[in-house]
Amino acid sequence: MTENDILAAFAEIVYDVARIDPTLVTPEKRFVDDFDIDSLSMVEIATAAEDKFGVSIPDSALSDLKTVGDAVNFIAKAGVAA
Amino acid sequence: MTVRDVVVTGMGATTPLAGTLPATWEALLAGVSGARPIEAPWAAELPVHFAASAAEEPSVRLDELTARTLDRGQQFAVVAADEAWADAGTPAVDPERLAVVVSTGIGGLNTLLDQYDVMRERGARRVSPHTVPRIMPNGPAAAVGLRLRAQAGVHSPVSACASGAEGIALGLDLIRAGRADVVVCGGAEAVIHPLPMAAFASMRALSVRNDAPEAASRPFDKQRDGFVLGEGAAVLVLESAEHAAARGRKPYARLAGAGITNDSHHVAAPDPSGAGAGRAMTLALRDAGLSPQDVLHVNAHATSTPAGDVAESLAIRSAFGAHAEALAVTATKSCTGHLLGAAGALEAALTILTMRDGVVPAVRNLDDPDDDVALDVVRVEPRRMTIRAALSNSFGFGGHNVALTIVEAA
Repeated sequence: MTENDILAAFAEIVYDVARIDPTLVTPEKRFVDDFDIDSLSMVEIATAAEDKFGVSIPDSALSDLKTVGDAVNFIAKAGVAA
Repeated sequence: MTVRDVVVTGMGATTPLAGTLPATWEALLAGVSGARPIEAPWAAELPVHFAASAAEEPSVRLDELTARTLDRGQQFAVVAADEAWADAGTPAVDPERLAVVVSTGIGGLNTLLDQYDVMRERGARRVSPHTVPRIMPNGPAAAVGLRLRAQAGVHSPVSACASGAEGIALGLDLIRAGRADVVVCGGAEAVIHPLPMAAFASMRALSVRNDAPEAASRPFDKQRDGFVLGEGAAVLVLESAEHAAARGRKPYARLAGAGITNDSHHVAAPDPSGAGAGRAMTLALRDAGLSPQDVLHVNAHATSTPAGDVAESLAIRSAFGAHAEALAVTATKSCTGHLLGAAGALEAALTILTMRDGVVPAVRNLDDPDDDVALDVVRVEPRRMTIRAALSNSFGFGGHNVALTIVEAA
């Protein structure tokens, strides 16, 4: 799975949870400042991403994921099956 | 200090009859029933498989994200509050002088039970982080408060099926005490779900007239056998008379008084003498500075249970004495079903519309009035009459009794 594939799949999750248009979900976007996503919805996004990508996102890592790019990189490094 | 007059300047509701208050009122006058079979497969397993479900899904009036993060009861509350707020002309009010009192009888049970299923099937980590804000009994109040940016205080008194009326009584107190100028108050409920349906049925509180849901809610009728569970919300905008006058708003009516008592008799059964409920009515009249003879109409709590309706008729007689026979009594749950924590707010709104239009809705299904009910209950067709003052009664498990006095606007 390429980072672009991960981004596309991640954008679907962000749409499901926060109703953000997937075309706006690009790597530089910040969850709080750009999308107004609160901490509860971030937990939802993380658990949905765990299910979708088969990775584990510990709470300690979640707080460091400020942008869409942070999340995509984390998922890629966490070893999504290529 | 003079007591501040409190007026009603806006109203909204989403009910088993319609998605708005005006459409609910129209359906009520036409004698429509909101009771219908529950199509979901789980209903077949229950002793009762019908309910007065909402006529309109609340999500159709909300943006997707709002709908997604709120429990169904919160959705109803927000829809009714939006309607009431617009109906009041979206008052310009200092947020620190705007309060919210939205009650529920039970809280976010759909979310609670659905998330319990999620936990059992998929594990604790899959439980939604939105669960707590959705299930807390103050959830509907909090959702409305956030939407309107109310900062004077957001409250949710809980007294089972009297909750909505008690919320309005608290709103009255907040304005009288000078703690707010505008209070958005009411009730919301959404518990048409297998567990509460089974639980109310176990109490033998629900009608089991499965073959004819529309005939099941029949307050004061000899053949009544329990209430019909409803869902929805109703919200009123209360305002100090000065505040409404300053912005040139003509009120619907004046909320002139409230009476709150407790039976102290049994957790679920009404005191058969109706003494506590009668005292609530007496206090509501006294609070409004009225004598029994000033009132011509009562919107009864009358849920269609065998014990409750007779106890209420005795209570009305104890509060009004011989004048009870001059009252035109109605029981709107015959059409709407019983909206539990929203019922008191809905019936306050319907009482106000009864006065505005000078027409008392007829009790549906009252084919053979109970001989033990010595009241003039309006049946067959609505009755035209001029009403300057009326009471709306609400009672709840726990022995709660609330009566609200509504008087025509000056």
